[in-house]
Order: sequence, then C-alpha cells, then structure tokens
Amino acid sequence: MENLLSLTTFFPLVGAAILAIFLRGDDAEAQRNAKWVAMGTTLATFIISLFILFDFDPQDTGFQFVEEREWLLGLTYRMGVDGISVLFVMLTTFLMPLVIAACWDVTHRVKEYMIAFLVLETLMLGVFMALDLVLFYLFFEAGLIPMFLIIGIWGGKERIYASFKFFLYTFLGSVLMLVAMVAMFVDAGTTDIPTLMGHNFGSETFSLLGIQIIGGMQTLLWLAFFASFAVKMPMWPVHTWLPDAHVQAPTAGSVVLAAILLKMGGYGFLRFSLPMFPVASDLLAPLVLWLSAIAIVYTSLVALVQTDMKKLIAYSSVAHMGFVTMGIFAINQQGLDGAIFQMLSHGFISGALFLCVGVIYDRMHTREIDAYGGLVNRMPAYALIFMLFTMANVGLPGTSGFVGEFLTLVGVFQVNTWVAAVAATGVILSAGYALWLYRRVVMGDLIKESLKSISDMTKREKAIFAPLVVATLLLGVYPALITDIIGPSVEALVSQVEVAVAEHETATMVAEVQE
Amino acid sequence: METIILFAPLVGALIAGFGWRLIGETAAQWVATLLLFLSCVLSWVVFLTFDGTTQSIDILRWIESGTLSSEWAIRLDRLTAIMLIVITSVSALVHLYSFGYMAHDENFREGEHYKARFFAYLSFFTFAMLMLVTADNLVQMFFGWEGVGLASYLLVGFYYRKPSANAAAIKAFVVNRVGDFGFLLGIMAIFFLVDSVRFDDIFAAAPQLAETELTFLWTSWNAAELVAFLLFVGAMGKSAQLLLHTWLPDAMEGPTPVSALIHAATMVTAGVFLVCRMSPIMEFAPGATGFIVFIGAATAFFAATVGLVQNDIKRVIAYSTCSQLGYMFVAAGVGAYSVAMFHLFTHAFFKAMLFLGAGSVIHGMHHEQDMRNYGGLRHKMPMTFWAMLIGTLAITGVGVPVVLFTLGGVPIGFAGFLSKDAVIESAFAFSPGGFAFWALVIAALFTSFYSWRLMFLTFWGEPRGDKHTHEHAHESPTVMLAPLGALALGAVFSGMVWYGSFFGYTNQVASFFGVPYAVEGAHEEDGHREASEHGAEGHRETSTEGAEGHREESGEPAHAEEGHGDAAHGDDHGGKPHYVFTGAPGEGAIYTAPDNTVLNDAHEVPYWVKTSPFIAMLLGLAVAYQFYIRRPDWPAKLAQNQRPLYEFLLNKWYFDEIYDAVFVKPAIALGRLLWRRGDGNVIDGGINGLAMGIIPFFTRLAGRAQSGYIFTYAFYMVIGLTLLLTWMSIGGGSE
Repeated sequence: MENLLSLTTFFPLVGAAILAIFLRGDDAEAQRNAKWVAMGTTLATFIISLFILFDFDPQDTGFQFVEEREWLLGLTYRMGVDGISVLFVMLTTFLMPLVIAACWDVTHRVKEYMIAFLVLETLMLGVFMALDLVLFYLFFEAGLIPMFLIIGIWGGKERIYASFKFFLYTFLGSVLMLVAMVAMFVDAGTTDIPTLMGHNFGSETFSLLGIQIIGGMQTLLWLAFFASFAVKMPMWPVHTWLPDAHVQAPTAGSVVLAAILLKMGGYGFLRFSLPMFPVASDLLAPLVLWLSAIAIVYTSLVALVQTDMKKLIAYSSVAHMGFVTMGIFAINQQGLDGAIFQMLSHGFISGALFLCVGVIYDRMHTREIDAYGGLVNRMPAYALIFMLFTMANVGLPGTSGFVGEFLTLVGVFQVNTWVAAVAATGVILSAGYALWLYRRVVMGDLIKESLKSISDMTKREKAIFAPLVVATLLLGVYPALITDIIGPSVEALVSQVEVAVAEHETATMVAEVQE
Repeated sequence: METIILFAPLVGALIAGFGWRLIGETAAQWVATLLLFLSCVLSWVVFLTFDGTTQSIDILRWIESGTLSSEWAIRLDRLTAIMLIVITSVSALVHLYSFGYMAHDENFREGEHYKARFFAYLSFFTFAMLMLVTADNLVQMFFGWEGVGLASYLLVGFYYRKPSANAAAIKAFVVNRVGDFGFLLGIMAIFFLVDSVRFDDIFAAAPQLAETELTFLWTSWNAAELVAFLLFVGAMGKSAQLLLHTWLPDAMEGPTPVSALIHAATMVTAGVFLVCRMSPIMEFAPGATGFIVFIGAATAFFAATVGLVQNDIKRVIAYSTCSQLGYMFVAAGVGAYSVAMFHLFTHAFFKAMLFLGAGSVIHGMHHEQDMRNYGGLRHKMPMTFWAMLIGTLAITGVGVPVVLFTLGGVPIGFAGFLSKDAVIESAFAFSPGGFAFWALVIAALFTSFYSWRLMFLTFWGEPRGDKHTHEHAHESPTVMLAPLGALALGAVFSGMVWYGSFFGYTNQVASFFGVPYAVEGAHEEDGHREASEHGAEGHRETSTEGAEGHREESGEPAHAEEGHGDAAHGDDHGGKPHYVFTGAPGEGAIYTAPDNTVLNDAHEVPYWVKTSPFIAMLLGLAVAYQFYIRRPDWPAKLAQNQRPLYEFLLNKWYFDEIYDAVFVKPAIALGRLLWRRGDGNVIDGGINGLAMGIIPFFTRLAGRAQSGYIFTYAFYMVIGLTLLLTWMSIGGGSE
C-alpha cells in the first residue's frame, strides 16, 4: 500500500472526526459508544501499523514507505520511517488501545476526552514519521495542545499550575528550535529531513559578539534543538515540570506522557542532533553525559524521599531518561541501541507503573504512600503485577528494563568511565526507592480501616496489564526482536557521525597547518 | 539432559506459582519437588559421567548489539558440574523438608494459601542459581546473579506481615546491589578490553590483559587487576564478605529452609564460584587476589567473633556461614581454586544440615529461636540431635590428624575437617605464618567454640524458658528428618570420597578439573624455562591421553579416590609430586599459572601447621564445655566483666549503626535537600522568577487562566509557523 504511513497516522483523526460530528448527547449510552469508537479506532490503527512492521526491511538503513506530495504554499508533505523511528510508531499504536481502556471509568466529558486522545495519537505518530521540518514542527508542537487539555480539563486540583509550568518550559525551547529551523532552511535551502541529514552544516569556529564559538554554526543549531529536546526528555535541570504534570494528569494522561511523549526528545536527538550536527554532538557530548549522570543520581535521591506515588515514579522516569541521553551521546553502537531500547522498554514499564498507581487511586482517591500498606492481603494479583514492574523498573535481567540500562552503560563506559561509574550507582539507588515504595504500599499487614474492603483488580484491569507484562518479559528474554530492527540503522548513524567528525578534524588540522 | 536440569525447576516454579489453583496446593508442591528430584538425579548422572571436556549448548540469542553478543547458553565443565550437584541436591532436600516445615505456619492465618507460593519461589531460586552456574558468558551469569537476588528478596520477605522481614528483604537486595554495581562495572570493563563477554574469549585474552593499562576513574590501572577487583566487589556482596556482609544475618528473617538453601549452601557461595570461574583472570592479578585473601581472612575472623555471643540460633549459624565463606575466599585468593571449591562443596552439606537441624528445633519449639530458652532437648528430639551433632563435628573439623594416621593417603575425618584443613594449609603455603593463616586458625578455634556452645545450650542442660513450650516440644516428622539423613551422609563422607579430586596431587586435581598437566622435568634447575615450554607444547596430547587413561581406571569417584590415594601416598614417601599444571588460560575448568605452586606446597607444610586447626578445634571444644556444661554461670560473669567487648561483639562491631549513619541517613537527607532546595528553590524558583515577569502579561492577554495558556500556546505556534512559512516563501524563490 502506498499510503500506509498516512493511513496509520490519520486513522485516529478519522475516528475523532466521527466522534465529533456524529456522536450526540452525554448519557451513559453515548459515553459507552464514544469509548468503543475510540477503542475500535486505536485497535484498527494498531493493526494497520502491523503492516508497516511486517513489510519493514531492517537491512535497508534508508527511509522506507516514503510518501511525498505537494502541499500548500510550495511545501512538501513527506513521511517515512527508518530503523530508528519505526518502533516508536509501533510503541504508540500498541499503547493507545491500552490507554483508552485505562480511561474506561471516566464519566466527565467522555466524548471530548476520547477525541483528545485520538488527536494526540495522530500527532504523535506524525512526529515519528515526518520527513519534513515544517511537518515535524507542526506535529511536534501541536501534540502538546491535546496534552494540555487532558491535564487542564481532566486533571487534578492543581492542574492549572502544572500545565502552566509545562507551557513555560516548552515555550522557550520551541522558540529556539523554530529559529534554528529557519536558519537551517536558509543554509541548506530545503526542509527535507533526509537531505538535511546529508547536508554539511558549517563547523568552522567563528566568533559572535566577541565569543569564540567552537563548532560554529553546528554548535548554535545543536544548542537550539537541545533546548527543546532536553525539556521534552526531560533532562536535569529542566525536569521539574514533569513531576507536577504527572501528579495532576489523569492516569491515562500520565501513561501517554511517560510512555510516548517523553520519547520525542530522545527521538529528536537521534533524528536531528546526531545526523545533522555530528561535529557539535561530538563536541558537546561530555556536557550531555554529565547532565545525564547527574540526572540519574540526583533524581534517584529525590525519588527516595517522595511521599506521593506518582511523583516518585515521575522522578524515576527522569532517572531512566538519564540513561537514554547518556546512551545517545556515547555515540556508539551499544549506547545508541541501548538508548532506543531503553526508551521503548520504559514505554511499557513506566506506563504500567502509572497504571498501577491508577488502579489504587481509582479505589482510594489518594496518591499518598502513607495512605496504603498491606495491599497484598486483599490484592494478590495486583501485588504480583506491581512487583513485576517494580523489578523491571529496577532493571532486573530478564525484564526489558535491564537490556537498555546495561547497553547504555556498556556504551558510555567506552567513552567516559567516570560517567559510567556515577550512572551505575543508579542501579543501587533505584533498588532503594522502588523496593521501599513497594514495601510501604503492598507489604505489611493490612491495618488501615479504609483499606479493609479494597478489591483486587478487575478483569478489565488485568486485560490492560497483560500485553504490558508480555512485552516486558518477552523483550527481556529475547531483545533481538528490537535490536535486529534498530541495529543496522544505528550502525549507519554511528558511522555517519564518525565520518563527519573525522572529516572535521582533518579539515581543522589542514587549516592549522596552512596557517 | 543439561537443558532438562536447567529448566525443570523453572517449570516447577511456574506450575506451583500459577497452576496451584487448578491442581490444588498439595499437588503443586509435589510437582515442584518431583521436578527438582529429577533435576537432581540428572545432575548426579552428569557429574559422575563428566569427562572433563568443556561443553557448550546454545539455547537462544540474548542481548546483541554490535560486537557485544551474549546468548542463553549452557557451559558445562567441572566447576559447573560440581555446582549442579550441590544446588540440585540441597534444593531437592529442602523442598522435601519444606513439606513438614511449612505445613502449619503461624505467620499465616487459617485458610491462607502460602505453601504453593513458597515452593514456587524455592524452585524459581533454583532455576536462577542454575542459570548462574551454567552461564557461558558474564551477562547471562549476571542474570542468574540478580535472579537469585530476587528470589532471596522474595523469600526473606516471605512473612510479609512482619516489618522486620520486609526490612531485611530490602536490605538484602540493596546491599547486594552495591556488589552488583562492581560486577556491572567489571563486565563493562571486560567488554571494553576484550570486545566480548563470553568466557572463552575472556580467558583467552587474560594474558594480554595483564599487560594492558586501562584508565579508569582517576588513574591508570592494570587491566587484569581492575577487572578482578571489580568482579570481586560483586562477589563480596553476594557472598556477604566484610563491608558488604550486613544483609546476611538479617536475612535469617526468612523461613529456615530458605536459610539452608540460599543463605548457606548455594547463593552465598556464588561469589566463590565467580572467583574460581574467573581464575584465568585472577591468576594474572596478584594485587586483587591479595585483597581477596585479606578480605576473606578478615571476614572469617570477624564473623567468628560475632558468632561467639549471638543468642538467636539462626544468627549463630548465619555468622558461621559468613565466616566459612571467608575460608573459601582465602583458598580462592591464594590460587588454590580446587580447595575453595572443596570447602564450598562440603560446607554445602554440613551447613545445610545445621540449618535444617536448627529448623527442626525451631519447628519443635514452636518458633522459639532464642537459645537461652532451649536446653536439654536431646531427649525430646533425638534424631535432630544426632543430625546436629554430625553437622557440628563436620563444621568444627573433627578427624584424625594427618600426622597420626591416614587411610591410603586420605585423612580420616568429617567433611569439614578435610576441606578446612586444606584451606588452612593452602593459606600457609601461600604465605607461611602470615595474617591469613593465623586469622583462619583463630577463626577455627572460635568456630569450634560457638558451634559447641550452640549444641550445649540447645541439647544439654536443663530446659529453660517457657515451660509450656518445652512440654510440647516434639521431634519433627519423617519428611523433615529424611533430608537431614541424606545431608548427614554428605557431611560425613563427602570430604573423604572426593579428597583426591579436590586436594590430591596436581595430576589428580588436574584430571578432575579437565586441566592439562604434565610430568615435571627432572632437570628443572638446568633449563626450567625451556623444559616447561617444551612441555607445554608436547604434553598437551600426552596429558589428554593420560587423563583418559586415568578415567578408565577410575570409573567412579569412590574408586578413583582410592586409586589416587595410593598414588598420593606413594608420592608422600617419594618426596616430591611429579606433576605440574600446563595448558593455556581457559583450558579446563580452572587455570593455575605455572608459577602458582600453592597446591603442591600445601601438602608440604610443617606438621605443626597440619595439626594446628585440630588443636584449635579441641581448645574451642574444651572452653565451650567448661563454660556451658561445667560452669554455666561463667558466660554471664565474663560478659559482665568484659562489658564493652561483649557489647561490641553482640552489636556486630556496630556495622549496621555506622552504615546507617554514613550512608542511609545522609542519602535521605541529601534527597530531601535536593528536592526542597534544588528542585524547589533553585530550579523552580529561578524559572518562576524569570517567568513571573512575563506570565501575568500573558494571563491578562489571554483572559481566563485554564484555557488561556493553551490558546496562548496555540497562538504562538501559529505565529511561529507563519513566520517560518513566510520566510520560506520569500527565501524559497532562491532555491
């Protein structure tokens, strides 16, 4: 099929349109219909996306399923996937039906809620497939609008503050990225991403306002993109929006935020920073590595003292994203493989952990850790699943959490042993905060009166977790499912960066000799 | 067959864990137990028929990334074979024992289903442990390593209602993770240096590592030293060596069968196994192995001192385990890997037996664990008493001193006598009269004292404590006593039967471990180098032949031992052993460098060295007898007179308190600080401060707050896009 990517991307939008136009009323039946339409749409999207996966040729490191069309104002609509992006597409389509299932009990403005998620899915898929700067920017920035709405309308008490903070952070990054994009267009004369990836942006040192800028234009562009992606990741020290956003977001919103939206930053680094500004990436890698190492230790320590479950898991997410940025800027096969693996795996694990919080939040309406204790007595199935994902979060071998952590550490060790050693302490700290959380919530005797009648997970809840459990274990035992697909593309990317850096170094040396 | 051994426990775990609702709890327990016995029988078959050649079975691909490639695979060599029988035998017996021990647990309420879960955890643990020992690369080993950690966490915290059990479970996991931190860095360093994580490649590269320098953290290191050190940090965590030992005594919160299986016989010995497995690296890292010897000896001594004064029966045995693990590390550190494995092997039997015996006592005494409330139990529990007595004779090292009489070269004695003496002699051979030797001899004295103290307090004297409990004290059911009997066999005979294989002369040990060996040249003074080089070339073939011939003649180990024994005996009189290890690193299960003669030298230590552990044992026994049988009032008086020392020992040298003050509390305080001040004041404060100037302007502009930001945002996005598009339509002309 020629339009497979567009079909996948816009199918949820069609579902959203159907809901918006045809569904009337807000009674129970209308609500149920809205949910089923959303569920059907996301499931169908997932099935369509499977065709992408089956027809995808991992050995081809270029873009596949490419679509190209004239668009308004002389712009081009370009879509395509390669080994780096295809699995993010799959992650999105795989998780969305679970997200819809997770909001089955919502009763407040259900139709709008469903529409928000469907639109969000389209925009997220677009980000991972867009092969044109303008298109990417459109998807990338517009994706935040439904997320704002989800937090702002269906969120908790302090949703306004949270979305405000989210906005503030993102805004600055976006502006800089936009400026950088304009500059890139001016320099390269095109907005075509594959062309830009091959374009040689200037890396000669020049001085601006009296400051020597090593790496020249690449460095400036890199920094502008970095501002945007670092916030999205989020990286230390621009991470503080995330805990607040998570705490205020409804469960399903948290799942999307943690599992998919956070991955856009990492994807951005892989799609833009590394291939387009290789010299700057190489130059600034130590900065990112250190920020990542600090993030891992800092946020793990902070996670240790949280009293709110969601905040704890949010901080743990930041720590795990630290492994991702560390892996990416190790700029070698293991680091990049690990980073991508970690992002995908974190999609399942953090999603599941937020769902775990959701399960008991729905029952008790509190996220305070102290309000719980001894749940295993009445909720054995819940205890088992929460244990599994706690262990996956801790990075136990045999779960997908280990593979990413391990590969990124192996990757960074080859570059900087200090960073590797500091980051590896995250292994100890994560065990500390995760098991302590588990103990306080699940273990112990059931003493609190309010919990005495709490019920174990329903069939629906179990059904939501089942695919996540399978994915976490399967990828932990047989990670080749992922590494086979991303491996060749990563290899190509690594060698591209290496070649560019080598060329730059030769050029610099030649220039020095000539002087 | 190896695959069945490996996966039978996993199948058992899954059936017991998930299938019990379908087939019933009792059936689930039986399925798990029978599958383990299957595993156990097959392991013995593998062990007895193993021909010394390293085999490898690929199962599935695992983590692959560029040149990094690790498979799920089984590596079978002598080390693996030894561990297979240790693990499956003890595990199968512990499964059986648990039928009785876990039948009516007071920690659970009427009608609660916990038994199938317990068996599932036990079987899962066994699977993970088997994964650890059959791994053919470091990453798979790490899987097993962490898997047993998880099983240990689950089982220590099995009584989930008890806060102390939960705390102990977390402590066990987190302290182990500190060790794993070192292990992980070790794996990373190895991959960086060797470009592989497979054992074969690592071993082959070991000699180069010794000549490689690696910059790690602040300075440059010898690669072999660094790797050996980092891996040993992992071993310290898992095997509860000094500094990382604090979790083991607390882990006694778990049910007693767990303590026997995990915290005595198998998991805690994983560190020793790791060091032996990595012998090709260790042989090139004299600094790191020196450190291993030091830590091992220090642990043996430290744990024995603490064991002297503990009152909880399980804690005494726990410290004893800690101390015995120290012995094993000393042996491994001095380069006598076979001796380390020997002690690991015999210790598994007698220590598992002591724990199960203690479990039997606890079971019979209605979960009373304080020895001060025991007394005179040998009449109430005769079988348990005999089992514990055999265990005590084994651990304290009772036997006939070699100087007096041997049976065809094999000393006569309980298992612990042979292996512990082997360790002490190796330590002396490594550094005559050095720290390690003396620490171990003194530890042997303490071992004897605390072991007999335990026996005397429990089984002799008058019943103390709650009268009611004593009246109802009863012998345990057969299902619990049978495993004790089986382990008793091991505690008595395992030392004598396999003495030659582990601690015989070089040729016996070499052929047992599948390592090439050769006759030492007669004119070694003349041209030692040439001769040995020549030997290395030529003897590989001859030695293999020799090894084969050896095997035919030996057939079964029991016979083998006799045959070797004669040979050893002859050597004893002939003066010098005639064999040396040859072969490159990675050939056979262990590697011994040509200049490592500890195994030979250990046989030639002075007589006083050979008898010193025996004398230490007698002294310990005598003092314990004096203190707890003849003058039971002495211990209290001594404790009163030596208050500070007693407190110091009773509080375990205050390690827990120090760690709490140095690591735990500061970490939490730092976390709070970073959260409140770092995130709150500095980052948010900074950004808010910046924003407060701008935001009111926006809010006024956009009207109501809630949707205001979103519209503002959309508005700016549109403006941005417009700008971009305009620029492009203008600039686009130039394209």
